[in-house]
Amino acid sequence: MLFVQQIVNGLMLGGIYVLIAVAFTLAIGILNFLNFSIPGIFMLGAVVIWHFLASGWPWLPSILVGLAAGVVASLIVERFTYRLMKDSEPEIPLVSSVAFLVLFENLVIVKWGSDQQRFPQFMADFNIRIGEIIIGIGQLVSLATAVILVIAVTLLLKKTKVGRGIRAIGENQETARILGVQVHRIVPILFIVTGLLTAFAGLLFAINYQQVSWSMGDEVGLKGIAAMVIGGMGNVGGAVIGGLLIGLTEVLSIYFFGANMVDISVYGLLLVLLIFWPHGILGSTAAPREKL
Amino acid sequence: MSGYTEALFTLLAINCVVALSGYMSLAAGQLNLGIAGFMAIGAYVSAFLTNNYDLPIFLGIIAGGAAACVIALLLAVPVLRTHGIYLALATFALGQVIQGILLNMEVVGAAAGYGVSKHASFGFIAGTALIVIAVIFYLSKTRFSMYLTAVKSDAIVSDLFGVNVRVTMVQAFSLGGLLAGIGGALYGHYYNYLEPQNFNILLSIYIALYVLLGGVQTFYGPLVGAAVFTLLPELLRDSDQWRFVVFAIAVILVMAVRPQGLITSDLLRRFGGRA
Repeated sequence: MLFVQQIVNGLMLGGIYVLIAVAFTLAIGILNFLNFSIPGIFMLGAVVIWHFLASGWPWLPSILVGLAAGVVASLIVERFTYRLMKDSEPEIPLVSSVAFLVLFENLVIVKWGSDQQRFPQFMADFNIRIGEIIIGIGQLVSLATAVILVIAVTLLLKKTKVGRGIRAIGENQETARILGVQVHRIVPILFIVTGLLTAFAGLLFAINYQQVSWSMGDEVGLKGIAAMVIGGMGNVGGAVIGGLLIGLTEVLSIYFFGANMVDISVYGLLLVLLIFWPHGILGSTAAPREKL
Repeated sequence: MSGYTEALFTLLAINCVVALSGYMSLAAGQLNLGIAGFMAIGAYVSAFLTNNYDLPIFLGIIAGGAAACVIALLLAVPVLRTHGIYLALATFALGQVIQGILLNMEVVGAAAGYGVSKHASFGFIAGTALIVIAVIFYLSKTRFSMYLTAVKSDAIVSDLFGVNVRVTMVQAFSLGGLLAGIGGALYGHYYNYLEPQNFNILLSIYIALYVLLGGVQTFYGPLVGAAVFTLLPELLRDSDQWRFVVFAIAVILVMAVRPQGLITSDLLRRFGGRA
């Protein structure tokens, strides 16, 4: 029974990785930009929500302000990294995005200190019990919301005009421009989506673990990158599978081998996959990187 | 020199060595995010040998560098099957795995950390760093650095012109491993205490930042980058907790104005240097 419980926990954790992995995959798949500021936005969203909750605001406005903070942060990153350097080598915007990660984390330390803060419970101890398996309602709601968000992003990409533009940019930015796609308008939309997903993932993390801190994004961000690669870079469906897989691998390797083996299992899987199967689970083998 | 200045310049010397390690890879177009892992190998091998077999420090450092180099060489073949962003991610995973293995190795203290009994003085570390800098300076004047630039700029064309792309890539990767091992060993013998957590991904990213901020086109770039990254946060000490905020903003602005890094070939040419 404990084993089934671990699977449930793994899927819940995976839900958070899914959102981060989708955010990374949008940036990589379309812009070829490994956006290292994503863990910072993840953390910023959660910390801002915590701040307003702690100062007595109700849940909904706090969450909205936190998500807005994530979106604004993401747009600032776009303005100073991608837009300035889209024609340069791919490593260069990466430098600035890491600098933004450092910036966000240290701004939070300056404002709120480096202690871990307690995040209030979303709903007072309210669990579903199926036999001996416990599923937290908060966890369930967050997993469901993650799924809905991913479906919404997929629909945005597949069905709308903006989505068509985004996919065209992913194919070839220059051609998209010639064919009349307003690249300078669409790219910020992409960053808005990324910021929203990431900040929301931060909220889910805070609800599930009932804590926030300036460094909460680091580990999760790295696992999100691993999830993205395992699923196939640039593939939203792959990011979902990869996220859940990483969540399961993590929880099960704690269960079977102990906490110190987590990194070896997760990143060993990533390394082996990259070397022998670099396109990931859902990536196409025809193109070096799968387009959406 | 006061203790503070000495500590600062020791750190600078170590950072110069690891910055050159990042430069070797990046000059060949490889973004190696596993450098911290190779540093860890060098640090632990040197610490283990000097602790248990009473090896002198300089032999320990050579052994540490050699161990990191050999492991890099063995791993280069599978890892260099990947390119570009995939290579960055494969090396990132590699670094995490090395760190994870060290976290589980009881013989070197696992997560509790590992004491290093022999201490290296500032003079020793600075001397080693100067030797490394001199060697890489010499290399940067040879054909090898042209091969690196050629492979980075266009692998197919360099292949057509007779550069052995694969060998050059493996050489760059292993040389990066060697220098990282040396840098890591120096680190261990200076701080006399090692923890696997010290060699995390953030360290690898920072090393890549030294190189990219300084500029990857010339041999001087990574050294300038290492100096900026080591000294600037210290110069900003007065502003205390704001210093990393200011520092991050400075990096963002520099990259916005000079996306090729602070020191470029053009800049050197303008001042009469041979780039």
